[in-house]
Amino acid sequence: MLLFCAVSYGAMIFTQFNAVKGFTSIPSAIQWGISNFYPAAHSFEKLPAILNKLLETILTAIAASTIAAVFALFFSVFGSKITKVNNILSIMSRGVATLFRNIDVAAWALILLFSFGQSVLTGYFALFFVSFGFLTRAFIEVLDEVGESSVEALKATGASYPMIILKSVIPSSTPQMISWILFMIEINIRSATLVGILTGTGIGFSFDLYYKNLDYNTASLVVLTIVVSILILEYLSNYVRRVIL
Amino acid sequence: MEANSVKSDVSPEKPYRHYKSNKIRVKRLTKPSLIVRLTLGILILLTVYSFITIDYESVDLLGGIAATITNFKTMFFAPHFSNFTFLQGLYAVMITMGLALLTTVFGAVIALFLGLWSAENLSSGRISNGIKGFVAIIRAVPTVLWVLIFAVSAGLGSVAAIIGMTFHSMGYLVKAYSESFEELDKGVIEALRASGANWWQIVVQAVIPSSLTYLVSWTFLRFEINFAVAIAMGAAAGAGGIGYDMFMASSYYYDLNEIGTITYYILAFAILLEIIATRIKSNLHASQT
Amino acid sequence: MTTLLNVKDVSKQYGQDTLALSDVNFSVEEGEFVSIIGPSGAGKSTLLRCINRMINVSSGDITFDNESVVGLKKKELRRLRTNIGMIFQHYNLVERLSVIENVMHGRLGYKSTFAGILSLYKEEEKEHAVHLLKLLGLEDQIYKRCDQLSGGQKQRVGIARALTQNPKLLLCDEPIASLDPNASKKIMDYLQNISVSMGITVLVNLHQVDVALKYSDRIIGVSGGKIVYNDSPEQMTQEKIKTIYGSEADDLIAAAGDKNAV
Repeated sequence: MLLFCAVSYGAMIFTQFNAVKGFTSIPSAIQWGISNFYPAAHSFEKLPAILNKLLETILTAIAASTIAAVFALFFSVFGSKITKVNNILSIMSRGVATLFRNIDVAAWALILLFSFGQSVLTGYFALFFVSFGFLTRAFIEVLDEVGESSVEALKATGASYPMIILKSVIPSSTPQMISWILFMIEINIRSATLVGILTGTGIGFSFDLYYKNLDYNTASLVVLTIVVSILILEYLSNYVRRVIL
Repeated sequence: MEANSVKSDVSPEKPYRHYKSNKIRVKRLTKPSLIVRLTLGILILLTVYSFITIDYESVDLLGGIAATITNFKTMFFAPHFSNFTFLQGLYAVMITMGLALLTTVFGAVIALFLGLWSAENLSSGRISNGIKGFVAIIRAVPTVLWVLIFAVSAGLGSVAAIIGMTFHSMGYLVKAYSESFEELDKGVIEALRASGANWWQIVVQAVIPSSLTYLVSWTFLRFEINFAVAIAMGAAAGAGGIGYDMFMASSYYYDLNEIGTITYYILAFAILLEIIATRIKSNLHASQT
Repeated sequence: MTTLLNVKDVSKQYGQDTLALSDVNFSVEEGEFVSIIGPSGAGKSTLLRCINRMINVSSGDITFDNESVVGLKKKELRRLRTNIGMIFQHYNLVERLSVIENVMHGRLGYKSTFAGILSLYKEEEKEHAVHLLKLLGLEDQIYKRCDQLSGGQKQRVGIARALTQNPKLLLCDEPIASLDPNASKKIMDYLQNISVSMGITVLVNLHQVDVALKYSDRIIGVSGGKIVYNDSPEQMTQEKIKTIYGSEADDLIAAAGDKNAV
């Protein structure tokens, strides 16, 4: 416990975090929020433009997640101990996934800015890379949990490897995998906002624009639309999970 | 019987035959399989739609991919130090670690209380739902926006970053904690209540000890996430640390080789955290069986 | 009678020093019902899996239907497996799929990968599957998902899946070890029935001596990877049970004694 406090205190010094200033700033931030951070009448004129950007962001997040899921499916089949073809391929696919997953999405965006510039594609690929790494790990865990039993049974009937994968392994793990894809889309919409700020695209860029112009009313409207869309998505995913799991 | 429930297309005396062709049906649509197909179908449609409508802004896709591969080569095979030394880099990673640690600790402490009050078996329905709704909204706002919102009154820097990240961590952990508490066996709480223990005694004596392993693993998982978030906040919200260095290398110095160095720093620490997290998780599984 | 299966000098070694099977010799005639009994870890499962090459033997030879299985290549191996049905202790069904889908999996070995993946089953194959399900008393469960079935029903689905293969031999690995006495009896009755009425050879791993005594034409006792008994049930004595089961024997004899008493 003492050690823990010492480490935390050390972290405060490292990050130059002034606890007193930090916590006293919360009330003033709330006060500021109440008096400034709400959508005013003039912000609603920007609503169509905001929704347009939001749609672009959500579509990018979905596209990145689904395409990543397709790649992740292949890599996880090679990576899982149940379905692997051989050990070398298994280690390689796990390694590639680890690499992509552990470089943060913001770092990917900064790297990809060099080749795709300030465009949607930069954000798309940044989201895609991280999603691919994350989903590969998640899918490998799903496949491992499915267990060897039905694989053994189909093998004993004389079924070939592709049959075993497609008739036994995939049907057993589809619901879990869909659940992970939906979760990934939620994460990606939030990450897309961040990436948008860095790459000047999508809803992140809209927020940054109004924020830097000190138009906090419109910026708050942007936040509101994001919150609403994420809550709707969360509701839909929970419904799908309830039915299929 | 289930076989007869879809009467319209199945003849009653031969429930497994198609009414027209008299063929035996192997596949039969159920609600779960319908939803699975619908979900996948919608996702595929939206993906195709987004590729059609995406604003490519005259970016050459194939050229970009080729450039990316060349860039990877530069980054990973020729990393160098130009704007900072090895030790300064390490110091920057430590700042990022510090940000992650502080926000996880602050978030965890607040979330412990809110988690207890929002667990259905330890709290009243109204308070529980109130807190759950509140943190769902907190979670829905991306961390970077929390940081930028706080930055207006606290100024850009580590203070705003820490408060903003704490907010989001708290939202995440309240959900995780309350779900762990809710898994607790009802009988235990009932038994203690019957023996005359009050709420705090039940919490300290039964609830926290029995869900401690879950709490620890969720908290560490959040720490792992916060390390990544701290990098992002360094890059996007001026929070300092290795993320800020990366932002400078990318947006001001255009120094790919240095980005390679920074990427190695990030990878080393992120993989280290992941290994520890996996250890904790497998210990958790072992202690359950 | 002709010999369907011949196991000759078969040994199986795991790693450096774990000998699961050592110099196992026996043969099975067509249409026979043979039980393999022995304590857990005696090598029963390994022995069964060596026959359809789910596990490769370390040395020795196995002939099935006048053909050595040891050297078979990929394609021939798939053909061999279509002729040998297998039933498992934990049923090994794809739990999320329906009964009929699981049963049709028994036909996959006969199909090209393409036809198998697209579930292009012939009408006769489906007829046959439904016929088998009726035989096993599962006609009301055809479209039920397997995770909604009881253990005994799941095992019957497993049997139906094996029978759609039109096998010559049925390998049963502890088919009743996870079932209650009632369901166990039902499953064993079905297996006996199948053996008699369809003329399918059955080789079954069992833990329970009394069940083996009741149903088998012949009993093979395995202990420590070696065959220590190979004769008709009538020749089985308490002493021989002791040589098979070692220290576990007393409990088993006591249990069997109880049953006889009742």
